[in-house]
Amino acid sequence: MTLEELAWSVLSWSLLGAQILLVASMGCAAFRALRGPRAQDRVLALDTMYVNAAMLLLVFGIRTGSTHYFEAALLIALLGFVATAALAKFLMRGEVIE
Amino acid sequence: MRRLLPFPVFAVSLAALWLLLVGSVKPGSLLLAAGFGLAGGWMLVSLTPPDGRLRRLAGIPRLLGLVLVEVLRSNADVARIILRRGGWQPRRSGFVRVRLQMRSPYGLAALACILTTTPGTVWVEYDSVENTMLLHVLDLIDEEAWVGIIKDRWEARLMEIFE
Amino acid sequence: MMAQAEVSLWLAVPVALLLLAGSALALVGSIGLLRLHSFYDRIHAPTLATSLGIGCVLVASMLFFSVTQARPVLHELLIAAFMVVTTPVTLMLLARAALYRDQQEGNPEVPPLPPLPAREERPEG
Repeated sequence: MTLEELAWSVLSWSLLGAQILLVASMGCAAFRALRGPRAQDRVLALDTMYVNAAMLLLVFGIRTGSTHYFEAALLIALLGFVATAALAKFLMRGEVIE
Repeated sequence: MRRLLPFPVFAVSLAALWLLLVGSVKPGSLLLAAGFGLAGGWMLVSLTPPDGRLRRLAGIPRLLGLVLVEVLRSNADVARIILRRGGWQPRRSGFVRVRLQMRSPYGLAALACILTTTPGTVWVEYDSVENTMLLHVLDLIDEEAWVGIIKDRWEARLMEIFE
Repeated sequence: MMAQAEVSLWLAVPVALLLLAGSALALVGSIGLLRLHSFYDRIHAPTLATSLGIGCVLVASMLFFSVTQARPVLHELLIAAFMVVTTPVTLMLLARAALYRDQQEGNPEVPPLPPLPAREERPEG
């Protein structure tokens, strides 16, 4: 095995590992979102899943060597913020737009 | 000059944001970035943001370094708390109400960012009449110690920069 | 599926370590979401992912693309800045909503919240 092949396999195994860890993390958050017990727990878990999804997209970007996944990650992060803010506001007041 | 560029810091950061997003410094994108910076500044005028400016820029790099160290340390702390075997030893989490001296809204926003970015503390609420904030701390061993940390480590430095 | 760029060991090892550290932190945060016992404890768990977790992954991505494309790729800083600015907002809103709901139910463990000024001044409807 040459040095370059070694570097390559280090990188691809770590990418795989990172993806597995992130999917497991999303699984934990999904479990909490399903189980509750209260609405604020579910919203918090959903917010965590958004962040994990953004990280997963970044890892995927490194894997494919394309910078386009960055934009998808930025969009997911934006959507996550808006969604969580709206849901939190709903929990507080019972309506989103007043 | 004030008419043309009412919020210089904001305009420059908006332009920098655009340049980062397109990822190039070609003349075209520079021009567009300058346009966005100017237009953003004019639009902000109609929103009438609260007054405030950066008084002392020299303190900022030091503060950022300190935040980085604190983020690393408190990530390790919270990870240890979560992974501790057999549930939890006597560990208490709870709310702390801290009376602040800082009044600058930008300083308070920066304080909220710092406290929430370091895991283990979450800024819950701010009372503008009494100038107190409510904080939730995951590892609340000593309430006095936490108040001291917030006032000495963060508030004093932020006041130096913003007030 | 991967564009076979030249990757040296000097690049691969730091990128690999940062990626694994970041995603491990995210996993620890989510485990905390499962293991901690009250909502106010759990609200601290995702901050592991939003601070150092995503930070590590972003630095790894910046490092990787800057070296393989031989130009500084810095747009990951945008996500970092966005995360730093938005996490306090979401967590504050969520914690306040939870406090408010707990108080409405008369839960004795939460501190009293000062009345919301906006709520009282606004005419109904």
